Amino acid sequence: MNPTALVSAPNPQALTNGSGAAAILAAAIGAFALAVLAIAADKLPGIKAALIFYKPTGPLSGVTTAAILLWLIVWIALDLRWRKKTVALGLVSGVAFTLLILSFLLTFPPIADLF
Amino acid sequence: MEITLRSLWTMIHGMGFGALYLLACSGALVELYRLTSASPSSPSTPSQQRFLKVYLVAMVILAWAVVLTGAYVIYPWYRAAPPPGAADLAAFPQRLLMSKPATIGWHTLGMEWKEHVAWFAPISITMAAFVFIRYGRNLAHHKQLRAAVLGFAAASFIAAGIAGFFGAMIDKYAPVQGGPTIQITRGEEK
Repeated sequence: MNPTALVSAPNPQALTNGSGAAAILAAAIGAFALAVLAIAADKLPGIKAALIFYKPTGPLSGVTTAAILLWLIVWIALDLRWRKKTVALGLVSGVAFTLLILSFLLTFPPIADLF
Repeated sequence: MEITLRSLWTMIHGMGFGALYLLACSGALVELYRLTSASPSSPSTPSQQRFLKVYLVAMVILAWAVVLTGAYVIYPWYRAAPPPGAADLAAFPQRLLMSKPATIGWHTLGMEWKEHVAWFAPISITMAAFVFIRYGRNLAHHKQLRAAVLGFAAASFIAAGIAGFFGAMIDKYAPVQGGPTIQITRGEEK
């Protein structure tokens, strides 16, 4: 194997973790927003009607579109703020995984029906 | 041999995009783990990293194709309301499932979970692909970032697995069918 073909020794200082942290937290916020909006659309007739962006698909169209827009907006905002910084990734990851696990649980109908 | 247009779209959504995505997930998890490991005994080459980037981008496209065809092509056929007094519910899968106690759970638990949880797959894999493209092998030196990417990639796999399982079972009990018929081959009568 040609040793020059190998990736040169990476310099972890060259890339801060901010951009990655922004992507992780934004994804978790997007997933959590989707779960919360799904419950809101199921329980509140006003929100359900407001989230029907495409009638054949019903409120699912608005729930997912709104959550995706929120995810992308949060991602861009966090990336602009953090991309050159080193952030406390342990804390960010902890919050992100908590939100992700909550998202899975909140979309599970027996749990969603508790609200 | 013939197939209806709705069945064809269901196949493209589930057996095409969905199954391919699930198959790709295991490969992505292994390669993400391997190419971002700090082990000096298995350094990755630029071509291996380039391949994984292309592979992840293909997965992102597949994941979005699954949820978008599901929500905007199949789901409207699934949830269509039958005309009042309709006795044959075969063309209305949601109502067909809800018409029997033995199958109602496939809608109230299966579809109600699937239609939302499925979206975690493209969101998570898009994030994982972005981070790998941005950091590449440097991820080996950002251990928490690497762990988070692997965790979200695994979550994407789980979300797609839940959606795929319920999709397959729902289509077994109340298949989405109807629309124009496409003749694939003409057989001979025996």
